[in-house]
Amino acid sequence: MNTPRQQWQKAFDDSRLREGPFQTMSGIPLEPVYGPEDGEFPGQYPYARGPYASMYRSKLWTMRMFAGFGTAIDTNQRFKEIIKAGGDGLSTAFDMPTLLGLDSDDPMALGEVGRCGVAIDTLADMRDLFADIDLGGITTSMTINSPAAVMLAMFVAQAETAGVPRAKLGGTLQNDILKEYQAQKEFVFPPRQSMRLVRDTVAFTAAEMPRWHSISISGYHIREAGSTAAEELAFTLANGFAYVELARQAGLPVDSFAPRLSFFFNAHIDFFEEIAKYRAARRIWARWLKERYGATNERSMQLRFHTQTAGVSLTAQQPEVNIVRTAIEALAGVLGGTQSLHTNSMDEALALPTEKAARIALRTQQVIAYETNVAHVADPLGGSYFVESLTDEMERRAEEIFAHIDEMGRGSILEGCITGIEENWFQGRIADSAYELERNFNRGERIVVGVNRFLEGNDDDDLAILKITNEDETKQRQRLSQVRADRNDAAVQDALDRLAKDAVDPEVNLMPALIDASLAYVTVGEMMNTMAGVFGRHVEVPTI
Amino acid sequence: MTQESLRVLVAKVGLDGHDRGVKVVARLLRDAGIEVIYTGLFQTPETVAAAAVDEDVDVVGLSMLSGAHMTLAPLVVKAIRDRGSDIPVVLGGIVPNQDVEELTAAGIAAVLGPGAPADQVVEVVRNVAAARA
Repeated sequence: MNTPRQQWQKAFDDSRLREGPFQTMSGIPLEPVYGPEDGEFPGQYPYARGPYASMYRSKLWTMRMFAGFGTAIDTNQRFKEIIKAGGDGLSTAFDMPTLLGLDSDDPMALGEVGRCGVAIDTLADMRDLFADIDLGGITTSMTINSPAAVMLAMFVAQAETAGVPRAKLGGTLQNDILKEYQAQKEFVFPPRQSMRLVRDTVAFTAAEMPRWHSISISGYHIREAGSTAAEELAFTLANGFAYVELARQAGLPVDSFAPRLSFFFNAHIDFFEEIAKYRAARRIWARWLKERYGATNERSMQLRFHTQTAGVSLTAQQPEVNIVRTAIEALAGVLGGTQSLHTNSMDEALALPTEKAARIALRTQQVIAYETNVAHVADPLGGSYFVESLTDEMERRAEEIFAHIDEMGRGSILEGCITGIEENWFQGRIADSAYELERNFNRGERIVVGVNRFLEGNDDDDLAILKITNEDETKQRQRLSQVRADRNDAAVQDALDRLAKDAVDPEVNLMPALIDASLAYVTVGEMMNTMAGVFGRHVEVPTI
Repeated sequence: MTQESLRVLVAKVGLDGHDRGVKVVARLLRDAGIEVIYTGLFQTPETVAAAAVDEDVDVVGLSMLSGAHMTLAPLVVKAIRDRGSDIPVVLGGIVPNQDVEELTAAGIAAVLGPGAPADQVVEVVRNVAAARA
């Protein structure tokens, strides 16, 4: 019987490795990982120290910068700049109307078109968005939830029109609808109907898109909405368990889809708590997938995650200081073993980032990756009395929350999550935690530099910020009206009729109907309205 | 008017789902003894104006983080004025300083930027209400 270290060594030796040298600045050689002979090593169940034996020795994290604004043509330009600057994954931000499944000419879209992200109405916009970008050669992440199935369908339609088969497409769909009701609040259909669409995308990608991550289970927004780190951890993993239960109910074996689930966590400013959170997340996921859901494939148990630094930690006052906050947060993500990372720009408490601010944010990652040597050794804080204890405490707090959710669902996490949403339990806990943090701030117990302490310099107001004019909105509406005029109305009607018919039967997978509708230049709004005609719409009861 | 009788409508207009700020502000005002009504998400300028006038509130507070404030905030003011009411509108959220002048010209009574402390929020709401009366 080999020791854990020997087993790790074998897995490490079998991995493809980056070129070194891996040493300190002064020339001290560095091992890929440190720990006792019989300890736990990266790539070993339950993976607290990392999903892979070699971690960053094989591949640094993906520097995935989230971008999107204005029209698809504008965002396409930004994508090309990101690729040129050394970014190797694209991440698409959609505007609010698109996130809510509304067309750019919808009255509710007024003032919001192209503002927080790119406006996508039809396949024509998807074509502009990815013009001259090889979709088979990079990975693409799409941050969209309520209309996730529609956007995936349009993406597949665009790629196949451009000659890249769906099986070759690599990327991630956020598609995490549960956290929309809990935190981000960009919902359209009621929870159960939304979950049917999630099921359809999971089943479709499991069968036809082997390189695609069907859901990015996201704690980011839960934390941004005000939760504690432990709540972010617990709510996110509970949502993950709910999707596992959903797919199993649909007859999918756990190992057929779980390897394609990925996670997305916040990197907030409390450095060690964040690192402990990531380590606990890996351990909890592995244990639950193995013990509760019967996974046997290691990849089902290995939690992989994307990280974004905390938007809420940024200040409008002395915004340059945000570069420092972001660097510290990004470092926590790296020491916690993230697979990809987005660093926020210093100006995001004021507006969407300028090109210069976004470049500095990417440079921050590059400094961590290439100057500091922190990526040479996997889980460098593993074995620290402090970090191990904090990891255990995170896990204990999360397990308490799982027990409550399980109880709400009478033995089903899926039912517990839906019931918790319907009864405002998640929303209430998040609002309570947000208010508690705010009171600490107002009492002066929580110090934010430049906001409640160290205010000298707050009057400097010379940072150039990005202005988005209403021209983009006008342009996008004109483009949409042109597409509507040019398309074949009979084909549009046929596609919508089929979509409505398929939507009525919960046994039918809606992806084929959505892809056909995309190819007929049916708009996002038309598809969503047709489904809403069958599914209904969700209305949240306003509570303070 | 006594401070205890102040009533504030806090509202989310448009598609912006970020409701952390609006809920925190609602609780801050409530804890300061102000009566708070929250509209919920996805309101239009018309629905906010109608609620403000029907409820006869002293101040309307808008929370906007999506960048649509330059379009939507003036429309809320206009919708309230079109109903013959002078209820003042306060705006909070991600609002760059550069926008404040234009917003003021459009009738926004006060703008609270990111990081505004609790006492400032309460004070601004009381001052704006007092200026009206």
